[in-house]
Amino acid sequence: MIPLSWYIIFAAVLFCIGLYGALARRNALAILMGIELMLNAANVNIVAFWRYGTFAIRGQVFALIVFAVAAAEAAVGLALIISIYRRRTTIAVDEINMLKW
Amino acid sequence: MQPELLTWLIPLPPILAFFLIVLWANRNNRLSHTLAVGAMLLSWGMAMVVFWMAITSDDLGHNPFADSIEWLQTGEKTLNIGVLIDPLGAVSLFFVAWTCLAIFIYSIGYHNYGKQRDPQDRAGLPPKSGGIEPMYARFFAFISLFAFGMLTLVISDNLLLLFIGWEIMGLCSYLLIGFWYGKDSAKRAMIKAFITTRVGDVFMLLGLAYLYSETGTLNFRDILYNEEMLNTLASAPSVIAGLSTAGLIGLLLFMGTIGKSAQWPLHVWLPDAMEGPTPVSAMIHAATMVSAGVYLILRFFPLLTAGWHEGQALTPALTVVAFIGAFTALFAATIAVAQNDVKRVLAYSTISQLGYMVAAVGIGAFVAGAFHLITHAFFKALLFLGSGSVIHGMEHGEHSSGEHVDAKDMFNMGGLRAKMPRTFWTFLIGGFALSGFPVLTAGFWSKDEILADAFSSDHQVVFIVLALAAFLTAFYTMRQITLTFLGKPRTQAAEEAHESVWSMTAPLIILAVFALAAGWVGIPEQFPLLGGMLPNWFHDFVGGTLMGHPHAVPFNAVPLLTSVGVALGGLFLGWLVYRRVPSGAADPLARPLGPLYRLLQNKYYFDEIYDFLFIRPAYWFAETFVYRWLDRGLIDGILHAVGRTALRIGSFLRNAIDLPIVNGFGDAVGEGVKRAGNRFRVIQTGRVQEYLVVGLLFTGLLLSYVIFFQP
Amino acid sequence: MTSVQLVFLLTAAITLYAALMVVLSKHLVHAALWLILVLAGIAVLYVLLNAGFLAVVQVAIYIDAIAILIIIVVMLTQRAMGETSMQVNRSWWLAALTSIVLFVGLVALFNQIPFLQSDAPALDVDAEVLLDDLGVSLVDVDQYILPFEVASVLLLAALVGSIMIAWPRGSASEEEHEA
Repeated sequence: MIPLSWYIIFAAVLFCIGLYGALARRNALAILMGIELMLNAANVNIVAFWRYGTFAIRGQVFALIVFAVAAAEAAVGLALIISIYRRRTTIAVDEINMLKW
Repeated sequence: MQPELLTWLIPLPPILAFFLIVLWANRNNRLSHTLAVGAMLLSWGMAMVVFWMAITSDDLGHNPFADSIEWLQTGEKTLNIGVLIDPLGAVSLFFVAWTCLAIFIYSIGYHNYGKQRDPQDRAGLPPKSGGIEPMYARFFAFISLFAFGMLTLVISDNLLLLFIGWEIMGLCSYLLIGFWYGKDSAKRAMIKAFITTRVGDVFMLLGLAYLYSETGTLNFRDILYNEEMLNTLASAPSVIAGLSTAGLIGLLLFMGTIGKSAQWPLHVWLPDAMEGPTPVSAMIHAATMVSAGVYLILRFFPLLTAGWHEGQALTPALTVVAFIGAFTALFAATIAVAQNDVKRVLAYSTISQLGYMVAAVGIGAFVAGAFHLITHAFFKALLFLGSGSVIHGMEHGEHSSGEHVDAKDMFNMGGLRAKMPRTFWTFLIGGFALSGFPVLTAGFWSKDEILADAFSSDHQVVFIVLALAAFLTAFYTMRQITLTFLGKPRTQAAEEAHESVWSMTAPLIILAVFALAAGWVGIPEQFPLLGGMLPNWFHDFVGGTLMGHPHAVPFNAVPLLTSVGVALGGLFLGWLVYRRVPSGAADPLARPLGPLYRLLQNKYYFDEIYDFLFIRPAYWFAETFVYRWLDRGLIDGILHAVGRTALRIGSFLRNAIDLPIVNGFGDAVGEGVKRAGNRFRVIQTGRVQEYLVVGLLFTGLLLSYVIFFQP
Repeated sequence: MTSVQLVFLLTAAITLYAALMVVLSKHLVHAALWLILVLAGIAVLYVLLNAGFLAVVQVAIYIDAIAILIIIVVMLTQRAMGETSMQVNRSWWLAALTSIVLFVGLVALFNQIPFLQSDAPALDVDAEVLLDDLGVSLVDVDQYILPFEVASVLLLAALVGSIMIAWPRGSASEEEHEA
């Protein structure tokens, strides 16, 4: 009843929104949130394909692994943000440009 | 032992001594003179052996001792060197060996061997107070080299080797005249001698080349003992009208003689050559080197007289020779009359006597010329050595009396007869021989023969000129003897003079013996009383050198009486005029002769004339024209211009091409990269988001291109 | 329009709106809250996709752990950026452009693939069986135990790493030595 394309398009939109957030926001946490959005979009994609495919269990396994990875990456990212905040009392990534020319 | 081999060896000891002294024995005076005298003794010994062999051999003229080896190959022809002892060579060898030996021994004493070296004496100046000569070894080295040259000349069998010996002697003469190089006058004299003789040598070399081109050989026997060759040369006309080829070659060679034997007009160097030490004056400028000039024309007598017979009118070449000889004889004798320096008188006397010999050759008196050459060598060497002894005595006197006088001026001497007896007696013998004192002295016989020849072959002008010259010779000789030895001492130095050492007086005695006896081998057969007792050995022997044996001159009373008369008369007059010249007085002849005396004293101003005509222009040419204009101006100018042009081209290339293009290109590349980099680095903002955006954008575009626009 | 479709559309609309709010809101705390809504919406979608277990996992991990964590960190760093300063960087328009381009591209791509238009196939097994299968697959040596273990190691590494990075002043090793 629900064509696969709806899910895919939904995931695509979510991904693009997340992309915008990751690329356009100055606040590091906002970027992180954008990244979470993107990860979730990808996960939705995976699960949708699992459902509309042959029900191979690896679809779900993959989605689980993605969860784990996302969690790990969020944790590390937040730790980094805290560390940077401690150093420079700023989390605006604009201002963390020491590798510039 | 073969005479040829011995002959080859004769010149070698002296050259060996030269090298040994120069390279090795330089600092050891005793070793040096031992080497030199020893070598000369060895040569003298071998020369005597060869001489003995020569006079005892059969018809040496036809069968001379001869040997030759190939030396230089020049294309098809070869130049040889070799030895030749014919009668002329034999007697020349005799007198050269004796005089050189005597002078070598004399030099030991002359240079004060045995005395301490005076610390004030410097090398290059004569020792002031009787100390040993500082350059003792050098002197012996040079005279050894000289002896080598003369001996080579005498034994040589071809013109090339003769020329080599000739030039070696020229070099040694130069070196020895300027032996005391610290003296300015010596330096000028040495150059003058060398260059003046050089003028003669150039013509001689031309003659040599001409001869070689005409005949293809330089060997004496091949040219001069060869009837056919001589006739060809005599009949072929040369480039100068009136002269045959033989005549022209002869004249060119004679010019070498004019230079070397100091004939007029190239006589100017010999008096100045008296700057050298007296042994040098004796050996080189009296006995041997100047004799080499006469030896040359005696050798080439057949060439000069080719196509001429006794009794004919003289050929143009012979006329020139005779004229120059006779003129020089009288000319030099007149100058000698007005000279005050004891050595100068002898120098002009030498020039005059050489003129005699040259004149003899010019009128065709071969034997007479050779005879006078030999006797003159002995008594002139004797006179020079004697004068050296006198000067030494005067210097001793000067030193002990503290007076500063010119030790060589005869007007400062006087009364030396008592102070220096050996010197006096030997000098007297020499002087009488020079004057031609009858019978007893050798000079009489040789001079008389020349006069006889001149008279008998109808050359009256030559006869009269030579007779006049003989008169003047006797006059100035007695003048010299009287002023020097007789009377009373005119200065303190003369008062305190004393006799010289034995090494100096012994050679005087030896030479005096020859000055007396040498004439007796040539007594003409037809001489009253004495003729016939001894055969005229000299004439027979030396005459054999020529192809056609010359006739002995028939006896005539006129030349005999003339020669006796002028000799005795001149001697008496000389003694008369000069016997009472008090100290400080001028020459008794000065007032009577007046301006003529001054002309004579200044040698007819020939030196000044030559200076004006030749020396100054040559100097201008060298200094201004060649050096300043050509060398510095033109050549250096070109070089500088080339240098400057190169510099300009270089800097142009540098500034116009190298810097802008090459450097510019390099710089531009670097600069361009830098600027591009500068522009591009703004991309590195350090903001990761921006990197991501750009990366994603491009990736997206690329992907869309791949997916949608590619199959 | 079936009911399922309606639910889907509703959920999708809410989720997308919430996502938009996440990236556009100025207050970070608001953004975090909107994020939670997004995550919840996605959980609903998982349920629609018969992946119930994943829905629960989504809620447990994302909402209960990650979103809370984000909020905590927001609290910690709140002084850093006030509401008044710029929230977007200077090339936000480029980011927007990129997103749109990407979306358009993706959609165009999807339209070309016929498979994507299909319906869901029938579900012929129970949810429990699915769950069993999932559990077994994660520990079965022949199946996906390795990725499972690697994932756990990754989590461990992340754990240790983030502690080390976020340790307060003084290097982490110093503290470790003291400890």
